[in-house]
Amino acid sequence: MKKALSLTLAICAFCFNLACAEGVSSEELIKDYRLYEGKEVVFAGEVVGDVMLRGEYAWVNLNDGINAIGVWVKAGLARQIQYSGSYKAQGEWSEVKGIFNHSCPLHGGDLDIHAESLRRVEPGTRTEERLDLNKRKIAFIFAAILCLIWILSLLNRK
Amino acid sequence: MILKPTLKDLRTIGYYLGRVITGLGFTMLIPLFFGLLRGEFNPVLDFTITLEITLLLGLFLSKSCFTQEDLNWMQGMIVVSLSWLAAMFLGAVPLYLSGHWKSYLDACFDSMSGFATTGLTLVQDLDHLSMAHNLWRHLIMFIGGQGVVIIALSFFVKGSAGAFRMYVGEARDERIMPNVVNTSRFIWIVSLVFLALGTLSLGLAGIYGGMKPGNAFFHGACVFMAAFDTGGFAPQSQSILYYHNFLFEVVTISIMILGAINFKLHYHLWMVNRREIYKNIETRTLFITIMVTFFIAALGLKQLGSYPGALSLFRKGFYQLISGHTGTGFQTIYPQQFMQDWSPLALVGVIIAMGLGGAVCSTTGAIKMLRIGLIYKAMQEDIKRIILPPRAIVVKKYHHIKVLFLEDKQVRPALLITLAYLLLYGLGAIVGMLFGYPFLDSLFESTSAAANVGLSCGITSAAMPSALKVTYILQMWAGRLEFMSVLTLVGFVAAAVKGR
Repeated sequence: MKKALSLTLAICAFCFNLACAEGVSSEELIKDYRLYEGKEVVFAGEVVGDVMLRGEYAWVNLNDGINAIGVWVKAGLARQIQYSGSYKAQGEWSEVKGIFNHSCPLHGGDLDIHAESLRRVEPGTRTEERLDLNKRKIAFIFAAILCLIWILSLLNRK
Repeated sequence: MILKPTLKDLRTIGYYLGRVITGLGFTMLIPLFFGLLRGEFNPVLDFTITLEITLLLGLFLSKSCFTQEDLNWMQGMIVVSLSWLAAMFLGAVPLYLSGHWKSYLDACFDSMSGFATTGLTLVQDLDHLSMAHNLWRHLIMFIGGQGVVIIALSFFVKGSAGAFRMYVGEARDERIMPNVVNTSRFIWIVSLVFLALGTLSLGLAGIYGGMKPGNAFFHGACVFMAAFDTGGFAPQSQSILYYHNFLFEVVTISIMILGAINFKLHYHLWMVNRREIYKNIETRTLFITIMVTFFIAALGLKQLGSYPGALSLFRKGFYQLISGHTGTGFQTIYPQQFMQDWSPLALVGVIIAMGLGGAVCSTTGAIKMLRIGLIYKAMQEDIKRIILPPRAIVVKKYHHIKVLFLEDKQVRPALLITLAYLLLYGLGAIVGMLFGYPFLDSLFESTSAAANVGLSCGITSAAMPSALKVTYILQMWAGRLEFMSVLTLVGFVAAAVKGR
């Protein structure tokens, strides 16, 4: 009986680890943090904002479309990031594998992932800004009305 | 008998409203030029269109309603309440045009949240928002914190009794200088000096934390504006958690506290009268309430053991508490964590802190420290009266810039405004519960909106019902203006409908 129970538990643990390794969302990490606390997880998201180098390590924020999660990663791996998400760029989609901390003792209780590996899944790109012609038209129309009012008020004064 | 507003009333209101709107329009030049500098051309068009609409409306009102009449009390109050509504509608235009808000109502929500220095947000994909729009989000907090009308008072309206009426209507009943225009200018000078110092400190903290210098100073300026004006917007979706930087947190705490202090006290500190800070009833009350509410929150956090180490408990607990108490709304945790990791006791600690707020004549919302101090002193006085013999003369004094005697004429309005705030917090909570949210969540979010705080436990999102969005907008508006001008506007509309 004991053997069967321990075998079931081992299978459950294996399945859970497999599930973690398949990747979790930020929502799951925040909501069901008890399941993942101190365990190895796989998390993927777009690199957003600055890659903040801190000596041998760096902070990278990965946004999976719902929330952005802070990832503490070796500086060497972080330096490989070419594009991070902003108005002018689509950040690269990266996958990290590492230990999840709901309240990291090293970082003042932050919810973070201490990554062992960081892998680029999709490369980032520079975003080309196309001028919105409708907006330009509206801006010209309003500018013309403003000028007309200004000229009329000048004539009225005279 | 209620008297119907006259055409003269409408003309005077229209003229001054036009001046305020014109003043607001010129502030849009800042993100416009910044966008040009950064090469963000669609955002530049967004601000150009909004600037043109604003100037057209401002010019139309001030030309068609031209008058040399000064404002009376009723007109002054109405100009203020309408100015804030106009600021919300016009400030929302560039936000909506950016495409990062799902609807114009959502953009209006963020615009009111910005002007009222609340910090609740419905923005989508903030991490890809242009820098010009991001600057505007923070700039409206800076404008709203000092007061929308104060801009007009400083630059577009001559010093007069009418100017003072608008100044009071914007929930600032204390004059620092004898002239209200000079008071407005002093408020701007203090804010601009702190803006330079705060941007520098936060920028350096950002660089120390590994950010690129250009980005660090941009974030520094934005975060300063949101912190000093106790606003709470942040340039990235993770709020202050984005920086993972203890130094950054320490600097923002200092700026939030500076923002929660009375501008009159700032004046005395500038005049090197440091003793005032120890003696002033507001700073004393603020210190005590921070200690008490943090004690409650810390006990609550210990109950659940969400933060195992004392250091992380202090860092997370104290930061959220100070952010709530000063009415800022910066977070170093995710909104969902409030309801999961914080016990009801810890949440009650934060809700009380949010409900109390900072000093009067500061950039904070909520009940405010002077009122809490006065009510406490009045209670002390009443208890003494009961204990002492009937013939005993009980006199209570308090120190607020100078020594003052406690009188009923100070306590009565303090109690009335406190009661009005408590009602507003409760009403918002009831509306939240009507939409199916639990009691504590509803009370948390409602208090945050009405006290112009901005901490969120997760209710505020683009998916929440439109009626709840409108409720929070009204709460932010009424809470920022401390009811009088809003109630005057309601009375004015009623008089226009029912009056003779």
